[in-house]
Amino acid sequence: MTAYAIDVRGLSKSFGDKKVVDGLDLRVERGAIYGFLGPNGSGKTTTIRMLCGLLTADAGEGTCLGLDVRRDSNVIKSQVGYMTQKFTWWEDLTIEENLRFAARMHGLANARSVVDAALERLGLAQRRRQLAGELSGGWKQRLALAACLLHQPRLLLLDEPTAGVDPKARREFWAEIHALAREGLTVLVSTHYMDEAERCHRLAYIAFGKLLAEGTPQQILDQVGLCTFAIDGAPAVAVDEISRLPGVEQVVPFGLRLHVSGVDAATLSTSVAGYTHRHQLSWQPVDSSLEDAFIALMRGGKP
Amino acid sequence: MNPFSWRRLLAVLAKEFIQMRRDRLTFAMMVGIPIMQLCLFGYAINTDPKHLPTAIVAAESSEFTRRLISAMTLSDYFDIVATPASIDHGRELIARGDVQFLLRIPPDFARDLVRGERPALLVEIDATDPVASGNAMAALGPLVEQSLASEIKGPLAHLNPKPGSIDLRIQRRYNPEGLTAYNIVPGLMGVILTMTLIMMTGLAIARERERGTFENLLAMPVRPLEIMLGKLVPYILVAYVQVGVILVAAHLLFAVPILGSLWLLLGCTLAFIVANLSVGLLFSTLAKNQMQAMQMTFFFFLPSMLLSGFMFPFRGMPGWAQAIGELLPLTHFLRIVRGILLKVNGPADVWPNLWPLLAFTLVVVAFGAKRFRKTLD
Repeated sequence: MTAYAIDVRGLSKSFGDKKVVDGLDLRVERGAIYGFLGPNGSGKTTTIRMLCGLLTADAGEGTCLGLDVRRDSNVIKSQVGYMTQKFTWWEDLTIEENLRFAARMHGLANARSVVDAALERLGLAQRRRQLAGELSGGWKQRLALAACLLHQPRLLLLDEPTAGVDPKARREFWAEIHALAREGLTVLVSTHYMDEAERCHRLAYIAFGKLLAEGTPQQILDQVGLCTFAIDGAPAVAVDEISRLPGVEQVVPFGLRLHVSGVDAATLSTSVAGYTHRHQLSWQPVDSSLEDAFIALMRGGKP
Repeated sequence: MNPFSWRRLLAVLAKEFIQMRRDRLTFAMMVGIPIMQLCLFGYAINTDPKHLPTAIVAAESSEFTRRLISAMTLSDYFDIVATPASIDHGRELIARGDVQFLLRIPPDFARDLVRGERPALLVEIDATDPVASGNAMAALGPLVEQSLASEIKGPLAHLNPKPGSIDLRIQRRYNPEGLTAYNIVPGLMGVILTMTLIMMTGLAIARERERGTFENLLAMPVRPLEIMLGKLVPYILVAYVQVGVILVAAHLLFAVPILGSLWLLLGCTLAFIVANLSVGLLFSTLAKNQMQAMQMTFFFFLPSMLLSGFMFPFRGMPGWAQAIGELLPLTHFLRIVRGILLKVNGPADVWPNLWPLLAFTLVVVAFGAKRFRKTLD
């Protein structure tokens, strides 16, 4: 038994001529909540599918829960809970029928009581006979999570689980994820939301199938080394002018503020100081956000 | 994980049955299609058409002429709808499609007949659809002779074209009355099974793929065989319901006799059902969505209809078309069904058409299983 729930090296996958995942190394400690970030089409879903045996890797090797990713995909499937990006439970089956199907497919001996318990926990006991297709986005997500937890997996793979879900449901969802991690479950979750990224123990940022940064949120910020200044009261038209100044890589409006970032701190501060002096505006250094860091990574990561 | 699990198969089966029950339209189609097609085709398709519109240009009016016309009317094949004054006018009627036959009785027909000069009767046919007029044409010759023979008697008896010289007897075996329904209705059983089974199984997996639920299914620790059997077995039952409906309707509505062994028929039907399911399964592994599965179904269905001997006489087709026809399960099943129902075929008679079904299934399943992967690559 290794200390890692996921330990893969050199994972690669191509569809036709397109290299979707390119020599990816990934290590996820047991019991960790590991955030998986990257722009659309960066290979997140493909990587997750390779980890749970839905796709076979073209190259690379490694283990998932100590099992060989390429050879033992069937055993891996029975110990992994995979929540797909789209809702992929059967909309023409009821909530209860979906859960019972999942329980029986995993060969659970006490399928009925497991399903009943899951329905109680979900608060769906009253609506068990409702078709899954009639549920709202938030409830669908809860059903999907409950269904892939029935067989008590040791690793949870969540592919953009909170897309299209309201903030309250998202918060509850993350509370549950943390509760599960405390019980020892390892969670790999892909997301586009920065607030969710900040809730992860560690992050990996991939673009164009390659790993660009890895570590705790703070480590990633340090690694990118972005320096950010906030300029107060700048007019919206100033964005264009500021972004042409030397050392400026990003200008992002936040309400009445502009966040100006760049990796070259000295040049950036000279530019910002000069501009604010000319227009008699106030400015101050602020912490760079993860979002700023990722956008900087994405720009740098272009092949 | 054990190689094959009955529990998982049962789980898939239960899911499929629930989904089938909820999909009212499809369910109604599976029961409705056989009845609808049977009534439509059984009553509508008739390769022995009668009451064909006929025009007669009679240049004279004699007892012979009247006799001939009444005999034609009585035969049911001909409805005399026009008596144009000239042959040119009659030809216009044919050209416009108003009549199918144009009979011309020449002037002095009776006189020439009595004199033994063998007068000519001209029959013009709209032969654009040869099947439509074939039987009527065949009936016309004897009809003319017989109707005249009854008039040529007494002193004219020597004119009779020696009826004893050739004694032509046409015996229609298995279907003495030449009822098209005897041919069409058993054939419809094969056609209906081909269409519904291939389409339903093709759609069943393509639907999962289209909705994304296939990914979920594959993420579970399930064997391909369990998915395949779970998907197919419900349709075997559906198919037998259809067979039951068709046989009962064929017997009650069309009085098609069931002369051979019903059990042998049901057994051979299983081979045919499985052959079609394997095609559906193969298509579903190739199709990316339901639309494609549908298109492939028709790609297979049309040659089955046209080259199997259901629509057109198998022996009438050129060699290459017959060769293609021999590859289709429907061709063999049609022979089996007609053989058992109408000719009292036994197992030994049926075997030459049964083994091609089994061989077909084996080949298609081998391809399908190779294509049916557990992954999404």
